[in-house]
Amino acid sequence: MTTLELQLMANEVRKGIVTAVHGAKAGHPGGSLSAADVMTVLYFDEMNIDPKDPKKEDRDRFVLSKGHNAPALYSTLANRGYFPVEDLPTLRHLGSYLQGHPCMQETPGVDMSSGSLGQGISAAVGMALSAKLSGYGWRTYTLLGDGEIQEGQVWEASMFAGFHKLDNLCVIVDNNNLQIDGAIDEVCSPYPIDKKFEAFNFHVINVADGNDVDQIRAAFKEARETKGQPTAIILKTVKGKNVSFMENQAGWHGKAPNDEQYAVAMEDLKKVEEALCQQK
Amino acid sequence: MPAEVKKVATRASYGRALVELGKEHENLYVLDADLAGATQTGMFKKEFPDRHIDCGIAEADMMGIAAGMATTGKIVFASSFAMFAAGRAFEQVRNSIGYPHLNVKIGATHASVSVGEDGATHQCNEDIALMRTIPGMVILNPSDDIEAVAAVKAAYEYVGPVYLRFGRYAVPVINDRPDYSFEIGKGILMREGKDVTIVATGLCVASALEAAEKLAGEGVSAEVINIHTIKPLDEEIILNSAKKTGKVVTVEEHSILGGLGGAVAEVLGEKLPTKMTRIGVNDVFCESGTAAQLLHKHQLDGEGVYARVKDFLK
Repeated sequence: MTTLELQLMANEVRKGIVTAVHGAKAGHPGGSLSAADVMTVLYFDEMNIDPKDPKKEDRDRFVLSKGHNAPALYSTLANRGYFPVEDLPTLRHLGSYLQGHPCMQETPGVDMSSGSLGQGISAAVGMALSAKLSGYGWRTYTLLGDGEIQEGQVWEASMFAGFHKLDNLCVIVDNNNLQIDGAIDEVCSPYPIDKKFEAFNFHVINVADGNDVDQIRAAFKEARETKGQPTAIILKTVKGKNVSFMENQAGWHGKAPNDEQYAVAMEDLKKVEEALCQQK
Repeated sequence: MPAEVKKVATRASYGRALVELGKEHENLYVLDADLAGATQTGMFKKEFPDRHIDCGIAEADMMGIAAGMATTGKIVFASSFAMFAAGRAFEQVRNSIGYPHLNVKIGATHASVSVGEDGATHQCNEDIALMRTIPGMVILNPSDDIEAVAAVKAAYEYVGPVYLRFGRYAVPVINDRPDYSFEIGKGILMREGKDVTIVATGLCVASALEAAEKLAGEGVSAEVINIHTIKPLDEEIILNSAKKTGKVVTVEEHSILGGLGGAVAEVLGEKLPTKMTRIGVNDVFCESGTAAQLLHKHQLDGEGVYARVKDFLK
């Protein structure tokens, strides 16, 4: 995919996120929007996956450790062809296969159930370890929130991954700087994030604009080429990215837009799309 | 119990069974959290060093790693003391293993008071109660060496999460007979009787048999049922016996809250209200001492069970 195609797709993923959360009347739009670009690059460019065969054995694995970003995962999977985009508004509805947090038994393309923070990274480490033990060539990716890394289990998992030199593991941190109670450096600062992962024997890549698909792509390439240690990619992102009233607002971590706000959000995303199309 | 009875700690049975299974199955992996010597997974490590992974002192992470490995088709036994496997890592077991119903086996050793000298912090009397609340979790609590080996093998064959409970203390071998067979969810009638039913699990099955023998000498006929699978519970064997005797005593090396006693009370309460009493660790923290002293203090040895049943029948 070209840069522009990825940007347009990330915009479609954002529309799906906003639509899903609006349909659910609950959910987590802020962090989903900050992660829309990396999710798009993963599923449309980086990972070896097949939406027609979600469980194919040699696929790359993805674990959404920040499970509350389920809207971003679902919108990405739907746009990639795992299930109909039209189903996104059933998010969180009784009987829907789109649970509030990812459920691997319900949703095609979900490699691991997650939602309780700090746990997904351990499962990703287990997958990467399994591949190493058996000589499988596939890679494992996991996306963590910057607030999530306050969980001690993240560091247990990181110690293990660094010690076992899991270079088939790529840990991504969505560093949008906001958590429920406010800015992460005001609640309980995890900074410096890069130094911490370095101390746990990771190769660390700081991505200055974590919403830039080319910068994300370059980071994944560097991660793939890194041997002998796992990689941590720290994406400096904007929470609520491209929805005017949600950008950098901690209040939009876990709140759904009403009908009026939904219309504004979709209008914002339409403008982004128009601006991108003018580059064609 | 005669002095010459063979005694084996079920943690040793666990280690031995893992080695036997490891020889047959290459997809079997064992995780531990810096307790390989104590949990006896060290035997497996010695035999299959490439398939034994020490996660360090990080039980929460170990459960997640086990879950991740299970999604790739490996069968993983994750081992630690009951206190840390079921207690510390409860939420990881619930959310990363139980909720996705992954094929992970949790080998929990050093359960309850027979840990002995380490004292209250390490005597987990709550693990069965905790694990029972996780939907789809199978809970096996074998009574001796033979049953423990059978349980490990059954857990390997079963597809889905299993919690296996083993002890530190050497306990008498009571299932050494040709017709012994182990089936998950199937209780075993160890001794027929008509006056009272003793439903026991784990090392307390031997205590129940000892008590029944003593009671028989006084003309009391006690039926003894071995519930090695706490979940799914064999309701039928319990209800049938309760119907016959009209009196039920549960015996377990676990808190009287939420374990075997709780499970049996739930079944009887709903389906066949029966006079019953629960023998176990009362709602208290225990203390340091030898295993034998602690089992005696909490009336979990043969003498204690005998006294409690007698009291109950008064």
